[in-house]
Amino acid sequence: MNRSLYSVCGMCSVRCPIRVEVTDERINWIEGNPNVPGIEHSLCARGSSGISLLYDFERLQYPMIRIGPRGSGQFKRASWEEAFKYVAEAIGNIQSQYGKKSIALVDRGAGLFGEIQRVFLRSIGSPNYFSHDDFCRKNVDLAYQTLLGYGRPEVGYDFSNTKHMVFYGRNALESLGVREANNIIKALSNGARLTYLDVRVSKTATKATKFLQIRPGTDYAFNLALIHVILRENLFDREFVERFITGLPELENFIKPYTPDWAEKETGIPSYEIVELAKQLSADKPKVILYPGWFAARTMNYFYNARSIIILNALLGSIEQKGGLILAKTPKEVGAKGLNSLLERVPAPQEKRIEAEEGKGFLYDGAGHILHLFRAIKTGQPYPIKGLFVMRYDPFAGITHKDIQELLNGLDLLVAIDTNYSSTAWYADVVLPESTYLERDDMIGMQRGAKPTLIMRRKAINPLYDTKGKWEIFTGLAKACGFGDYMPYESIEDIWNYQLEGTGIKIEEFEKTGQVALCKDPLMYSRDDLRFKTKSQKIEILSEKMVEREVPYFLEFQSPPKPDIEKGEFKLVFGRIAVHTHVQTHNNKYLNEIIPENDLWINDQVAKQLGIKDGDIIEISSDDYSAKIRAKVTPFIHPETVFMYRGFENEVPFKTRSVGKGVNEGRFLKGAFEKMAYGSHTGVLFENFIKVRKA
Amino acid sequence: MSIYYIYQDHNRCIGCYACEIHCKTKNELPVGPRLCRIIETEIKLIGGLPRQRFVFMPCFHCEDPWCVKACPTGAMQKRSKDGIVFVEHSLCVGCKSCITACPWGVPQWNPEIGKIVKCDYCKDRIDRGLEPACVTKCTTKALRFISASEASRLKRESFVKETYASLY
Repeated sequence: MNRSLYSVCGMCSVRCPIRVEVTDERINWIEGNPNVPGIEHSLCARGSSGISLLYDFERLQYPMIRIGPRGSGQFKRASWEEAFKYVAEAIGNIQSQYGKKSIALVDRGAGLFGEIQRVFLRSIGSPNYFSHDDFCRKNVDLAYQTLLGYGRPEVGYDFSNTKHMVFYGRNALESLGVREANNIIKALSNGARLTYLDVRVSKTATKATKFLQIRPGTDYAFNLALIHVILRENLFDREFVERFITGLPELENFIKPYTPDWAEKETGIPSYEIVELAKQLSADKPKVILYPGWFAARTMNYFYNARSIIILNALLGSIEQKGGLILAKTPKEVGAKGLNSLLERVPAPQEKRIEAEEGKGFLYDGAGHILHLFRAIKTGQPYPIKGLFVMRYDPFAGITHKDIQELLNGLDLLVAIDTNYSSTAWYADVVLPESTYLERDDMIGMQRGAKPTLIMRRKAINPLYDTKGKWEIFTGLAKACGFGDYMPYESIEDIWNYQLEGTGIKIEEFEKTGQVALCKDPLMYSRDDLRFKTKSQKIEILSEKMVEREVPYFLEFQSPPKPDIEKGEFKLVFGRIAVHTHVQTHNNKYLNEIIPENDLWINDQVAKQLGIKDGDIIEISSDDYSAKIRAKVTPFIHPETVFMYRGFENEVPFKTRSVGKGVNEGRFLKGAFEKMAYGSHTGVLFENFIKVRKA
Repeated sequence: MSIYYIYQDHNRCIGCYACEIHCKTKNELPVGPRLCRIIETEIKLIGGLPRQRFVFMPCFHCEDPWCVKACPTGAMQKRSKDGIVFVEHSLCVGCKSCITACPWGVPQWNPEIGKIVKCDYCKDRIDRGLEPACVTKCTTKALRFISASEASRLKRESFVKETYASLY
């Protein structure tokens, strides 16, 4: 028996639309959804390897309850009923002692299908929802919110029609989304420019029309100088700026000292390159994209850096512009009714999130700051968090062992929910295995954009092991906790029907292509109709939101400390590779075969001084951790920096292909979680020094 | 040579290795044999810009294949209708002569079945009017399944386009 269905990939957070073929209840083909422009059958390596995840024995197969010490890996198999009961009782005990707010949940971010876990958390009366965004996009998100009133997921980039892209270490061709990569390649083949700044030559750099090797931690200096030149030389889009930007005189005043000559000293990039880029961007405006990317938990100034990038786009008039940045439209704006929110059925918690007790001086939005969460768990301040749910996210794979221990010491309950046998699951009290994306249905998601589109993930086959879909796990938990009335769903159709009620859209409509668009054509505003979602409806350099939270508008640039290279000290920078998703995929048999371990990029001149040759095994260490890794000696990395691909050195023995292979960058992030970025309180992951020496 | 050719547009290829996985999942291969390969070249500065190539290496399906001649059992065969070179597994004894014979190391050892496996352009897909897995699902559409004559035309055209400025 053959059948084919449309669904959504789950191998990374991009969630590309897919088509799946099933023959005799076995999945033997996954491809990109042929109906979707920019996809048209295409799929990345991880997408295809979903089949080897599905049929892998080395994944979570049934609920487990810990019986040995934490981290011993000693669990007993439990029934779902037993596991739910165990969790419900533990929540009850914690909440009766420490209050409802003492339970928190952290996930990778709400995404398309992420509402359901928040409904559960609200059902048990806790306000403490956190996403991993503090270690990822939050600086960009908050920067957009302060300037435009839109969030990061509400801004799209029209790469395929652009004339000039500027990427700051946004390695878009390795940290990969299929549609985005295709649009970038399309732009390049149409003659667009790609100016790429990074501390090393990534694969994206090998396609750039201009590569600028920048000193680590100085992106912000580069952008300040770029703004300086654009203002000084009148290279901006005067009409756009006059109509839509507030605070220009203050910006002009702030930017005065930041000349290209000054920036050259900080960044190592010749001043003429900055002037030349400003002129090119002006010639190419408004079809330009200065791309703040996703991962921005880099340096202390990166929230202000993200603001500087968005301000540059605004000065060049590229916002709500073909070939530039395009704002997402709500269903209402395109004349449609959107999905009903499951959250609305549950009363909002009475108590306030941790942030409310933290005072002012930083910004926050719909999800709390994970650094505040970590601190609250460790110290009990401002109030204790004693129970933690970790949903399809693996914080313990990216932090130091000391941090893991301190977090475990503070927690009475740790529940891990994942398809992958994560490091966090290894230390958890209860492990609830989620079915893979090929074996589960999810709630309907809305892809935001100029043409909002509903998208549905449906299971291609029944679960192979004793696992459940996310909606089943959280409705089950809510029931066990006595709050089943808030989540009265017996089947996924109950959820879909509730979401679709009043939209006029039927479940069957998703069968045709897997997607239902809420309007026929993308909606874009002309400059006459353009309004931003800030109080003034303009782009607020002097942000109302920042005033309210007592966050300064501007941040002066402080030169980053230099590592002592002569003594083998370097700044550690890490990044993604196209065949792996963070810490999730290294045990996948096909992906592991291609890239089983990482190496350490080190500058050839520096390596020579340290007596390190290409291929040598070297020792890297921070104060409390060291590991051995192979050296990749290359001229194509900044001398102050060493680089590795992230997520290796899995420590879960059950995953035999990947255990102990390569080195985990997270174990070297000593003290990183005490640093909070200026204005945003997000993570600062690229300001760590490590020592390198010949082993 | 087979009438087909897989053309690789180096400007589109991003070295993501998806082709290798598309091939392995489609052919349900164990760890070990890799029927097509991406081989990375070292990064070089070309005209002041860093450049790197990710060279796609499938089977070339020779007109006069070394592997077929070297095969003592007749397992390695060339399909008469389109020239696709493939292994007939019922005849393969796992002697590996084809590995020795092929100048490009195309035939691969499958330890699970003790036989040779190699790229056959997904001939079952071709017979259904489809294209090989690597081409169909290539992340950036860098691979194209075309006729050998079209390949030389494309190559010549791209040569002129890429060197256009220097022709003046």
